Amino acid sequence: MKTIILQTASNYLLPVLLLFSVFILLRGHYLPGGGFVGGLVAAIAFVLDAFANGINETKRVLKFHPGYFMPVGLGIAFLSAISPIVLADLPIMTGLWADGSIPVLGTIGSALFFDTGVYLVVIGAALTIIFTISESA
Amino acid sequence: MLTAILLGFLFAIFLVFTGKFFRGKFAVISSLIPISLFAYFLSFISQISNGEIVTQKINWIPSFGVDLTFKLDGLSLLFALMITGVGSLVFLYTSAYLKGHKYLDRFYGYLSLFMAAMLGLVLSDNLMSMFIFWELTSISSFFLIGFNNDAKDSRKSALTALGITGIGGLLLLGGAVLLGYMTGTYEISEMLSQTDLIQSHPYYALAVILIFAAAFTKSAQFPFHFWLPGAMKAPTPVSTYLHSATMVKAGVYLLFRLSPVLGGSELWHTTLIVFGAITMLYSAIHILFRTDLKGILAYSTISALGILVFLIGIGTQAALIAAAVFIIVHALYKASLFLITGIIDHETKTRDITKLAGLRKVLMPVAIAGFIAALISGGVPPTLGFVGKDLIYEATLGSQYAIILTALAVITKILLFYGGFVAGVKPFTGKLPQKFEKIHMPSPLMWIPPLLMVILGLVFGLLPSLIESAFAKPITQVMFENPENFQLKLWHGFNTVLGLSAITIIIGTVMYFIIKPTYAKENFIQKLDFIAPKDLMLKGSTAFEKFGKLWTNFFQNGYLRDYVGIVVAVIIGLISFLLLPNFQLRLDYSSLEDVTVYEIAIILMMFAAIVFTVFTNSRLAAVASMGIVGFSFSLLFLFYSAPDLAMTQFSVDTLTVILFVLVLYKLPKYLKMTKRKSRMKHGALAVVFGSLMTLLVLSVLQEPKNNEITKYYAENAYKLAHGKNIVNVILVDFRGIDTMIEISVLIVAALGVFGLLKLRLRPKDKIK
Amino acid sequence: MEILLAIMIGFLYAAGIYMIMRRSIVKLILGIVLLGNGVNLLIFLLGRITKGEPPIIPGTESVIEGLYADPIPQALILTAIVISFGLQSFAIILVKRAYKVLGTDDLDQLNTTDENS
Repeated sequence: MKTIILQTASNYLLPVLLLFSVFILLRGHYLPGGGFVGGLVAAIAFVLDAFANGINETKRVLKFHPGYFMPVGLGIAFLSAISPIVLADLPIMTGLWADGSIPVLGTIGSALFFDTGVYLVVIGAALTIIFTISESA
Repeated sequence: MLTAILLGFLFAIFLVFTGKFFRGKFAVISSLIPISLFAYFLSFISQISNGEIVTQKINWIPSFGVDLTFKLDGLSLLFALMITGVGSLVFLYTSAYLKGHKYLDRFYGYLSLFMAAMLGLVLSDNLMSMFIFWELTSISSFFLIGFNNDAKDSRKSALTALGITGIGGLLLLGGAVLLGYMTGTYEISEMLSQTDLIQSHPYYALAVILIFAAAFTKSAQFPFHFWLPGAMKAPTPVSTYLHSATMVKAGVYLLFRLSPVLGGSELWHTTLIVFGAITMLYSAIHILFRTDLKGILAYSTISALGILVFLIGIGTQAALIAAAVFIIVHALYKASLFLITGIIDHETKTRDITKLAGLRKVLMPVAIAGFIAALISGGVPPTLGFVGKDLIYEATLGSQYAIILTALAVITKILLFYGGFVAGVKPFTGKLPQKFEKIHMPSPLMWIPPLLMVILGLVFGLLPSLIESAFAKPITQVMFENPENFQLKLWHGFNTVLGLSAITIIIGTVMYFIIKPTYAKENFIQKLDFIAPKDLMLKGSTAFEKFGKLWTNFFQNGYLRDYVGIVVAVIIGLISFLLLPNFQLRLDYSSLEDVTVYEIAIILMMFAAIVFTVFTNSRLAAVASMGIVGFSFSLLFLFYSAPDLAMTQFSVDTLTVILFVLVLYKLPKYLKMTKRKSRMKHGALAVVFGSLMTLLVLSVLQEPKNNEITKYYAENAYKLAHGKNIVNVILVDFRGIDTMIEISVLIVAALGVFGLLKLRLRPKDKIK
Repeated sequence: MEILLAIMIGFLYAAGIYMIMRRSIVKLILGIVLLGNGVNLLIFLLGRITKGEPPIIPGTESVIEGLYADPIPQALILTAIVISFGLQSFAIILVKRAYKVLGTDDLDQLNTTDENS
C-alpha cells in the first residue's frame, strides 16, 4: 500500500495525530478523553504510518520496540497509585493534588500520572499486537 | 510460642535458598532447630506441673472467630515434647541415614515444615487454626511419603495417604464448623463451659461423627488404617517420626482434647471402644502374618493406636492416665524400633525378617537397644512399658464390661509383645549368615538415638514419679474438673493386674519361640485381601473413576457447539422458569414518540450489518460489516450522552478491523460445513435465547433504578478527585485499582499474542 | 427508543450465539465479538439512556445538577471495550496459530485432547 499521497500525508499526520492524542489524554479529566482513548489514537497514528511507509520505517521512527511502552506505563501507573502511601501516608490510590491550577490541564495530581501510565500501556499493547501480526502475516 | 511454631516454617523457607549448604557435611546443623525447641518446651515443665497454663493469642480473622490461640497445658506439653524430642533424634539420625542424598535439603525442609505444623496443631486452642495445621501435616506427610518420587509405589502410597487424611481433614472442618455454630466460638477452652448445650444440641451426633471420622482417618483406625502400612514406603526416619511417634497421634490428640467437651455420652464411649477394639485386635493379628520388619512395626503401630482410642473410649480417669502414659511408652519403643530397622535396612539392604539373624555379632549396641525396646514394648519390668501395661489393665478392670475389655486388652498386648520381640530381638539372635559378616557399625549419629530412647524408657520405668508430676497429673487436671489423687508405681503388690502381666509375658515369650514368620503365612493373608478395606476402597475409587470418565465423555464430546448449546439451553430454561410465570409486560410506547430519524437510521444500519455478518459467504464482507456494527455503536454512544465511549469504540473498532483483515487474509475461505438441519436447530435456539434476553431487559427497565452510587460519584467527582469528566474520574481515581488490573490484562494479552507468533514450534510438534 | 434497543440486544445475542455454534473458527470469533457488543449495549441500556446530557460537570460549577447520563455503565463499558480488543486479538492469533499448526479451521476436527490423539 505504498502510495505517494499516503506517504506524504502520513509524514504530516503522524506528529499531528500524536499531538492530538496527547491533547486528548491531558483534557481527559475535564472533558471527554483520557488515557484509553488517547492511547488508542496514538496507536492508530503509528499504524497509519506503518501502512504508508512500512513497519520497518515506523520502527525506526520509534527507535525501540513498542512493547517497552507497556512496562514503563504500568510502572508509572503503579508508582502514582502507591505515591499516597509513600508521600502522604494515605491509603493506596488516594488522589494527591498540587496547589494552584494550570490552563488546559487544571490541577496537576497523581490521577494525571496514572492516566499517562494507562496511555502508554494502551499504545504499547495495541502496537505490539498489530506489529507482531503484520510482521508474521 | 508463635515464634517456636514459626521457626520450623521459617527454616523450611530458609532451606530453599541455602539448600546446597545443608545438603553436604553441615546437615547435622539443622538438628539445632528441633533441639532448641525441645529445650524451650522443657523449660515449661515446672510451670505446667504446678498446674499453670500458658496461653498466647494473636488476632487473625477476629470477625469469623478464627484466631491463632496457643495454649500450653499438660496435654499439649506432652505432645510438644514428643514432637521436638523425637524430632531432634530423627533430625540427627537422618543426617547419617541419608548422607549425601541428592535432595537431603529438601527432606529437611519437609521435615521441619511437618514439625512446625504438628506443633501448631497440638498448641492450637482454636479449632479453625487447628484444622489448618492439621491439613499442613497431611500435606507435608504427602511429600515425605513420596520422597522417593521416582518410584511408582511411593507416589501411589503418598496419594492414598493424602486422600484418606485429606478427607479426614475436611470432615474435621465440618465438625469444627458445627461446633462453632452450636457454641458461637471456635476456642476449645470456651466450649468447655458449654458442654451441656453441645450435648443436648440436635447436631451433637453429627458433630461427633465428623470428629470421629477425622480422628480415625488420621490415626489409622479400622477401616481407614490401610494408608499407614502403605506409608512405610517413606524413608525410615519419616516412618519413625510421622507414622509412629507424632502425626498418627494427632487423631488421638484430637479425641483427648475434645473428650471433656464431647465425651460422656453413650455414642462417644461406645463408638470409640468398638472401633478401638476392632483396630487393636485386627492389626495385632496381622502382625503374625508379616515378614517385612516395617510391615510388622506398621501393624503394631496401628494396634497401639487402637489401644489409645479404646482407652479414651473407656474414658475413666484411670483409662486416660493409662492412655497418656502409653503414648510416651509407645513413642519411646516404637520410634527406637523403627530407627533400629532403619539401621538394619541401611547396613544389610534387607528388611526381610526371615533372612535376618545373628546381627548382634556385628551391631552390638544396636542389638542392646533392640532388646530393651522389645522389653519396653512387651511391658517387662522394670521398664516404663510395664507401668503402662499395668495402667491399661487397671483401666479395663475398672470399666463397665471389665471381663470382655480386659480379655481384649490382654490378647492385644500378647500379640504386641510378640511383634516387639520379632522386630527388636529376632534380627540379632541366631547364627550370622555369611553375607552379613562384613557389616560394620554405622555412624554413632544413627545408633545413639534409639539407644537414648530406650534408656529413657528404663529410667522412667524406675522413676515413674517423673512422668507422674510432669505429665500425668497436669493432664488429669486438663481432662477433669476434680481429679482424684493417684500415684504411678512400678510395684503394686500381688494382685490381678500382676497376674495378667505375668500371663501376657509368659504367653508372649512362648509365642515368640514357637511361631516363626514365614512367607507361607504372608501369602495366606494376602489371599484374603479382597475383603480387606483397602481393596474395597481402591475398587470403589476405580469404579468412581470409570463412572467419571463415562460421564465426562458423554457431556464433553469435544464439540464446542454442543457445549454452547447445552449452556444456552440451560440458561433459557432458568430464565423462563424465573421470568415467565408472573410476567407482565407494560410497554411504554410513549418513548417511541420522540425517536428521531437519526436513531432509526442507526438501528436499521446495525440491523442490516448484523444480518449481513451472519449470512454472508465472504469473510472480508463479514469483517467489514462487523466494522459497520462497531461504528454504529459508536454513533449510538455519541447520541446517548457517552462521548468517551463513542471515541473509544471508534478507535478500537478501527484497530480491530485492521487486525481482522491482516489475519483473515491468511485463513481459508468459509465453507458450508454444517448441515441444514443443525443450522435450523441452532438458529431456533439462538432466536429463543435472544427473545428471552429482550424480555428480560424490558422487564428490568420496568423497575426503578437505584441511583445511590451514581449520585455519590457525581457529587464527589470534583470535590474529592478534582475532575469534571465523571467517567474518567471513575476510571483513574475511584476505581483506579480496577483500571490498573485492566491494563495489566491488556499487557498479558499483548504478550500472549507476541509469544504465540514468535514461538517457534519444534518440527515434531507439528501435526500434519 | 428503549424498546428498539432492547430488541437490538436480543438480536445481537441471537446472532452471537448462532455464530458461536458454527463450525468455522472465524465465525466463532465474529460470534464472540457480536455477543460482546450485545453485552455492552445491555449494560448501557440498564443504566438508562439520556440524550444530550453527558456526565461532565459544567465549566464553573463543582457539582453536576439536573439530568445527566449515568457514568457508571459508561466506565464499565469503556474498560470492556478496551479489554475486548485484547481478547479479540488474542483469539484471532490463537485461531491463526491453530490453523497453521493443525491445518484446519474446522472446529469438529479439534474435538480431541492430546491424550487421545
